[in-house]
Amino acid sequence: MAPLLEVRDLYVGYGWDERNVVTIVRGVNLTVAPGEVVGLAGESGCGKSTLAFAAAGLLEPPGRVISGQVLFEGTDLLKLPAEQLRALHLARISMVFQASMNVLNPVARIREQFKDAMKAHGIGSGEEASVRAKEMFARVKLPERFLDAYPHQLSGGMRQRAVIALALSLGPKLVFLDEPTTALDVVVQRSIIQVLNDLRHDLGFGVVFITHDLSLLVEIADRIAIMYAGAIVEEAPAQLLYQSPEHPYTVALMSAFPPVGGKRKRLEGLAGQPPDLRRLPPGCAFAPRCARFIKGLCDTVAPPEVRTAEGRRVSCHLYAETVPSRPLPEAVPGALVSQNNGALAARAGQPTEVSSDEGAAN
Amino acid sequence: MRGRQIDAPKRVESGRLALVSTLGEEGLQAGPQGSQVPVLEVRGLTKTYAVGRFGKARLVRALSNVDLSVMRGEVLGLVGESGSGKTTFARSVALLERPTSGQIRLLGREVPNRLNQARLREHRRHVQMVFQDPYTSLDPLHTVRYSLTRPLQTFKVVPKNTQAEAVDHLLTQVGLVPPQDFLRRYPYQLSGGQRQRVGVARALAARPALLLADEPTSMLDVSIRLSIMNLLLDLQKAESLSLVFVTHDLAGASYMSDRIAIMYAGHLVEVGPSERVMGEPRHPYTQLLRRAAPDPASHFGAGERFEARGDPPDLANLPSGCPFAARCPHVRKECTEALPEWRQVGPGHEARCVLY
Ligand SMILES: Nc1ncnc2c1ncn2[C@@H]1O[C@H](COP(=O)(O)OP(=O)(O)OP(=O)(O)O)[C@@H](O)[C@H]1O
Ligand SMILES: Nc1ncnc2c1ncn2[C@@H]1O[C@H](COP(=O)(O)OP(=O)(O)OP(=O)(O)O)[C@@H](O)[C@H]1O
Ligand code: SF4
Ligand SMILES: [Mg+2]
Ligand SMILES: [Mg+2]
Repeated sequence: MAPLLEVRDLYVGYGWDERNVVTIVRGVNLTVAPGEVVGLAGESGCGKSTLAFAAAGLLEPPGRVISGQVLFEGTDLLKLPAEQLRALHLARISMVFQASMNVLNPVARIREQFKDAMKAHGIGSGEEASVRAKEMFARVKLPERFLDAYPHQLSGGMRQRAVIALALSLGPKLVFLDEPTTALDVVVQRSIIQVLNDLRHDLGFGVVFITHDLSLLVEIADRIAIMYAGAIVEEAPAQLLYQSPEHPYTVALMSAFPPVGGKRKRLEGLAGQPPDLRRLPPGCAFAPRCARFIKGLCDTVAPPEVRTAEGRRVSCHLYAETVPSRPLPEAVPGALVSQNNGALAARAGQPTEVSSDEGAAN
Repeated sequence: MRGRQIDAPKRVESGRLALVSTLGEEGLQAGPQGSQVPVLEVRGLTKTYAVGRFGKARLVRALSNVDLSVMRGEVLGLVGESGSGKTTFARSVALLERPTSGQIRLLGREVPNRLNQARLREHRRHVQMVFQDPYTSLDPLHTVRYSLTRPLQTFKVVPKNTQAEAVDHLLTQVGLVPPQDFLRRYPYQLSGGQRQRVGVARALAARPALLLADEPTSMLDVSIRLSIMNLLLDLQKAESLSLVFVTHDLAGASYMSDRIAIMYAGHLVEVGPSERVMGEPRHPYTQLLRRAAPDPASHFGAGERFEARGDPPDLANLPSGCPFAARCPHVRKECTEALPEWRQVGPGHEARCVLY
């Protein structure tokens, strides 16, 4: 199936003028198939929201796309005139922003906000907008009477449902959900996730789901992409990633989430801090925190991206030399790496002496 | 590792401190570590707030008849949804809030309803809080040194000439090393995780017997959360502190706690050993929470559907029976008639539900 969304080698940064741009998103490739849920996880500040804004064609100054393509159903959003892009939003692509519970207009009844949104997309009759609003409220399991409420009269969870209802009201094909449940209680979070899942099955839209909560993502996503310092360092089917994470960052990130119940066991999680994106270290951006860092390689050469038959891709020197045992057409090990394959294979399995700095630096 | 050089002078001090030490020793010296000596015993703790205009005020019952003990050297996880009364419990125990009714015993001694300033200070010395928001809990106008010296003075923990040493020791304990790098910093010069470490150090300065940490990690990024949890666990062990870890995160609670207490609408509904409460939750509300929590290992959602009907009750208009009855899938007639009694449901495991 042709992908719904295809992000190709995307670079995004912030800066008011061209010469002073801080690059945040660095060479991201990402695809979303119709009806698929792709999860995006990583520490605060790694660029998840920036990537989502750019991929949705919603980036505003000082944000700017430096290079790359964002193909939505084959059309490059980055080349689309503003007018056409606007027509696409809500109708074909929509986004639930981070902290969006607070994006509803506080002085307008929710019904009015539905009408305004629909009017912007040529659904002129208030009657039709009302019908649509009622239908969406039923789908997100909000009582109809709340259509005539003001946002402050709703609890956080209800507001978030209203936002989701609004985002889905025109039947988009692709929805970006940026931390849609982070501020909510577990019970409320669970019911919203369930509502989203039902809607996805009924309406068939694709989802990019952003959260720092990997446990949640493993449950709801088909595929998960792990982002570090603006780049995707590993991507794999959700269960595979959960059961056998490969990138040392993925491993460390996962060990920062204790399980619910079971025997208590000390976890060490992630030591140190993400790098300053303006001064990235040479080589692998994760090297200064990496427990399996290879001196002379990881701190000098950018790791190549390796793809496996199971549908995983990982950017880490540790896996570069294993390519021959995985017969894959797409594997592109860096030329530099292949020269010292033997030495690498010997070292790959064992932790190296250099470890990251103490957690106290946080 | 309680710094010995700081410990010694405490007993040399006299006057107002005498009261503090006598109270302290009873509790702190009783029995070996992990013994069943309660540091805190709370009976029937109730807190109501009058909300709204005079004459039309509604009484919000934020805490209803809470019975709970915390043993020496124990980590107790206090878990519940937003608005269930967790903060009210912690603040009431710390006497930052005046309980409406109920008894609090600290270190084996009854805490009287009305306390004079000296007695209040003494209470607060033994019961310290770490707050949720590291961005607002430190005074932006003061340096780290000031924030840590202040409690040392207020509670007369060490003589003046060893204060600087004590501050260094505190910073080292919470991993802010070398201390000289942090002494002169203002809160804005610290990351969220570092601020929370200062918050923990400030609480430790008073040498409390009981630390109440109210969602100390919920505002922090994932990478920092675990390091703060580990810090609390390390200090709790080293100092044989009792720790109440307040959270709505079940995974965090099970990572931290020896026992877990579940709150719902101001009521305690289940208490027991951590593995039992999370592994075999008995109260239907705990079961609901457990199923709602993200847990990749459980493959939730593969077959089972999650049904959560209704919302928590209005605290100004609580039902007479079980507070969970309106949402409970197992509700019976007797549930709505009177508040269920505590029932034993396993070793050290109790639930307030008629099913057992
Ligand atoms: N408008 C802006 N101008 C300049 N820099 C920005 C702007 N917005 C974000 N940034 C920077 O870009 C980086 C990535 O931010 P982004 O919001 O994409 O991260 P994130 O992964 O979504 O983090 P979080 O989990 O905290 O939401 C950060 O370093 C941030 O400071
Ligand atoms: N000072 C106050 N005046 C009036 N009502 C209050 C006051 N403090 C708390 N309440 C009410 O008491 C109830 C319990 O609040 P509390 O803050 O203890 O809950 P919580 O479990 O800590 O919630 P959260 O997880 O959101 O922090 C809530 O309904 C709250 O609105
Ligand atoms: S007492 Fe009744 S209503 Fe309350 S949880 Fe138990 S079965 Fe449900
Ligand atoms: Mg973000
Ligand atoms: Mg609270």
